[in-house]
Amino acid sequence: MTRTTEFRMPKLGADMLQGRLIEWAKKPGDHIERGEVIATIETDKANIDVESFVSGVLQRVLMEPSEEWLDVGTPLAVIAEAGAGVEARQETATLPAVPAPTVAVPVAVGPMSRKETPRAPVAHAAPVPMGEHAAARVRISPLARKRARSQGLDITAILGTGPGGRIVLRDVESSRPQPTVTQAVPAAAPSPIVDKRTRMREAIAAAMARSKREIPHYYLGTTIDLGRLTQWLTDENLKRPVVDRLIAGVVLIKAVALALREFPDLNGFFLDGHARPAPAVHVGTAISLRGGGLIAPALLDTDTRSLTELMHAYQDLVQRARTGALRSAEFTQATITVSSLGDRGVETLYGVIYPPQVALIGFGRIVERPWIVAGTVVARPLIHATLAADHRASDGHRGALFLDRVSQLLQEPEAL
Amino acid sequence: MSPDEIRGKVLNVLATVVPELEPGTLRADRAIRDELDVDSMDLLNFVIGLSKEFKVDIPVADYRRIATVDQLVTYLAERVH
Repeated sequence: MTRTTEFRMPKLGADMLQGRLIEWAKKPGDHIERGEVIATIETDKANIDVESFVSGVLQRVLMEPSEEWLDVGTPLAVIAEAGAGVEARQETATLPAVPAPTVAVPVAVGPMSRKETPRAPVAHAAPVPMGEHAAARVRISPLARKRARSQGLDITAILGTGPGGRIVLRDVESSRPQPTVTQAVPAAAPSPIVDKRTRMREAIAAAMARSKREIPHYYLGTTIDLGRLTQWLTDENLKRPVVDRLIAGVVLIKAVALALREFPDLNGFFLDGHARPAPAVHVGTAISLRGGGLIAPALLDTDTRSLTELMHAYQDLVQRARTGALRSAEFTQATITVSSLGDRGVETLYGVIYPPQVALIGFGRIVERPWIVAGTVVARPLIHATLAADHRASDGHRGALFLDRVSQLLQEPEAL
Repeated sequence: MSPDEIRGKVLNVLATVVPELEPGTLRADRAIRDELDVDSMDLLNFVIGLSKEFKVDIPVADYRRIATVDQLVTYLAERVH
């Protein structure tokens, strides 16, 4: 007798409370593999292709795509697991079946095989095609979709000019008829876009309030000399074609990832009263969304990838984050978050840890300041790095050693 | 290619990086970095987009010469036909 499992509205991040089912990628009777996309879900921040945690046959669909926003944990479908082993059961046991605020994190109860972890398709700039549904699927940003709906426009008739042919807001704007001055404007119902933004802000508020309420944060800061790094970057970028150029932010992320290999108490989660170090390093990179809001999807296996690879993966991630085409693994698998506001001009970032992670690293702007090198005052490019960490999982001494290690790694950029 | 054509293409490339950019609102004589909420990744993507559109490689040393749309159009006009 096969065991059945419910596929429920996943919680893709601590600050998600509801999602909307956009489209099924499979129909009843279809076989589905663990890691395969089963459905596309709209959240406040992005359209996300959700991967199945189990292999089996999609037995029954419980909810059809609609305009309705469903709470996280709402059962959406039933999957008959094929020859489910004990391991699969442990994975499904950690799927979000409980009301907020908990997080869908595959907790390593036994040794977790890294090879089984679904890895985000880094080479794809466009959303993953979905077989027989590809023809019916219209690539459109969440904002544009909402605007088109409120204008009563047929999205299959709009030409997309965004990345990968995606329909973006300006495409919808340019296809709607211009209102004349005499046209009556309907009485103000709250615009759908405002509602979504409000909902996203509420979700972020819930996550951040929970973080500050539950996580005893400690904070450490250090100034790092980036003289060698900036010189190396200049030299390196001269050799590279424009499409392979590196930005400092990605190099910083790599240094953090490498340092984390030696500090498992800063890389992982705190769940159910216990610290749970993660076996791999997946750095969540904070990306601000145009129009407000923040997400921190993961660069999977950050410590093992070359700078060029990371650069392309980061570019791809940013593009997909802003056009709303991320995979659920990128949301749930970040083992730590790195946030940088250097481009905004601040020198220091004091982070708020994103539960259930146990640390957040902040970087400020690279500034030219007087510094002492070999007993003399010189102008050097410096950066202020901070660590916000969960005192239940690590102590200041460890945090200090970690930041020192990051600083050391950044003195030898060619080795990164 | 006329400067107006160049300008049009530049703004198209910019719109791929900043999708919500309202046409006509960007001041061509002010630094793009100050006028728009863009970060270093956006700017790099912009340069990559320009290099693909105009088949011109813009070295890092020239970034300061293309800070505004006006400067950028002048720079490209010298290099494309």
